[in-house]
Amino acid sequence: MIVLEDVTKRYIMGDTEVLALDHANLHIRQGEFVSIVGPSGSGKSTMMNIIGCLDVADEGRYLLDGQPIEQYSENQLAKIRNQKIGFVFQNFNLIGNLTAWENVELPLIYQRMPKKQRAELVERALDMVQLGKRANHKPNELSGGQQQRVAIARAIAARPSLFLADEPTGNLDSKTGQEIMELFHELHRQGSTIVLITHSESVARQAARSVHILDGHVTEVTL
Amino acid sequence: MIFQSFKMAWKAITSNKMRSFLTMLGIIIGVFALVVLVSLVSGTTTSVTDTISSLGTNMLSVTISDDKGKPYKLDDLNEIAEDPEIDQVAAIGQSSMTASSSSTEETATVYGTTSAYQSIQGLELEHGRWLKSVDVNNHTYVAVISASTAEDILGSTDVVGENIKLDGMSFEVIGVLADDDEDDSSALLGSSYDIYIPYTTLVRLSNSVSTSITTFYVSATSDETLDDAESALEAMLLERFDDDEDAYTIYNQSTIMDVMSSVTSMLSLLLGGIAAISLLVGGIGIMNIMLVSVTERTREIGIRKAIGASRGSIMTQFLIEALVVSLMGCCIGIGLSWVAIQIVNQVGGTSYGLAGNVVAVAVVFSLLVGLVFGLYPANKAAKKKPIDALRYTG
Repeated sequence: MIVLEDVTKRYIMGDTEVLALDHANLHIRQGEFVSIVGPSGSGKSTMMNIIGCLDVADEGRYLLDGQPIEQYSENQLAKIRNQKIGFVFQNFNLIGNLTAWENVELPLIYQRMPKKQRAELVERALDMVQLGKRANHKPNELSGGQQQRVAIARAIAARPSLFLADEPTGNLDSKTGQEIMELFHELHRQGSTIVLITHSESVARQAARSVHILDGHVTEVTL
Repeated sequence: MIFQSFKMAWKAITSNKMRSFLTMLGIIIGVFALVVLVSLVSGTTTSVTDTISSLGTNMLSVTISDDKGKPYKLDDLNEIAEDPEIDQVAAIGQSSMTASSSSTEETATVYGTTSAYQSIQGLELEHGRWLKSVDVNNHTYVAVISASTAEDILGSTDVVGENIKLDGMSFEVIGVLADDDEDDSSALLGSSYDIYIPYTTLVRLSNSVSTSITTFYVSATSDETLDDAESALEAMLLERFDDDEDAYTIYNQSTIMDVMSSVTSMLSLLLGGIAAISLLVGGIGIMNIMLVSVTERTREIGIRKAIGASRGSIMTQFLIEALVVSLMGCCIGIGLSWVAIQIVNQVGGTSYGLAGNVVAVAVVFSLLVGLVFGLYPANKAAKKKPIDALRYTG
């Protein structure tokens, strides 16, 4: 489902060029739960941006569900992100002046889904993360763990083929973090593909398969 | 999608009410100025036009600028009146004098004229009679005064037989004009205490008016024959003044109307233009705040893009926000204008209304302002790269 072939990404920082990804190769199959582990500055975030279609590789190929992402235009990428990828970020990235319900509804609005169908999906997603009762609260009225659950519900509602989580437990205490991880396990059990990016070995260990990334190189490891 | 964009815009606007209101204020003031000023001017124009057309449409006014040594005297005017197309002719001379009674003293406009003037101008009398040929022939000291003159100087309108002094000379009031409810126009044309005396009497009193007539009014036998009367009159004047077209000017109703409307449309344009500039400044205010807002909401834009908003939807969202701000400002401005005009009407006893076309112009202009000044910030928002926007820490 995800195929990265010799993907290279460079950044210019000041007057030096940084090779964030150096001919990285990665294959992830449908239904896998994979963690990508590496220290900060290793190229994890670049990897996540490329897998999440937020950024495009300078060289190499990236196939998502067989689609050649590197050839797509900005608006096509937006559509792919909208329909295929469910993001969960470290800092939740909810929109502050929208309620939990409205945040979850947002990707469906961009999918141009009719209202009735949206309501159904939003309700189901919020129920799954057990926040049905807090649907009308705004993010700043919710705890960190609750906010992250709203973010996960937002990803779930869009029915993506890939959940892409970037340090989802990074801003949470370990107990809440574990609750969040349980949600990912649940999604995995239901057949979703999950890619988890983290620097924590203990979080990474919960995935069925781990990939290490260091200085832009990818190595398979078994923890 | 558009509906959703409106919803989002509304959320953004209401989540920062004070700022939104201050942003709107520029548009509110601009629209208010535009609508009120232009409505007042066009309302005044209408009432003045009404006044002019109530003067009668079968009237011509002649002004002689160069008499070539052959000035018109009162008797010469009677010759003009003999033309079959022409009904009546009245000479008019005008002078400013101090009108006084034993108790009051005011500056009045004194007209010297003849008996035909009343029917040419369609003046109605409340009391007494109009000037007669006898009065003109005998240089009598009689006066017909307007209702406001009678009330303000002599204390009542029923003053026939009483005396009024003009520059110290005593005149017997023989008639009082009906109050023709002309408060609008007299306020505009300069409030006047009008007094009519025989032309010959005015010649004796005033240095500026002589027996050589420089202005007179002519009425046609009917409205339909006004053009014929004008050409007949023109022929007579050309003959008298050696075919010199510049020696005289004939004004008819429509020339007066034309001058009037060109003056007022000029005034509308001028005031409208000034108001439009303030609208433009309001637009710049919108752009300024939208730019700040785009920067402040960089992260929100990143999130929206990450979860699938296209450039177009971000663009639409911010553009609609700018449009909603400017249109709301426009509506509030129009509402305030209406209130202001009602207050003017209450205080001044006038009956101005909102001018429909200027309301339409205000709406269109506000839309344009919102569109033009929203476009740049909206485009700036739409062009943000999702990764940069997500990484942004404001």
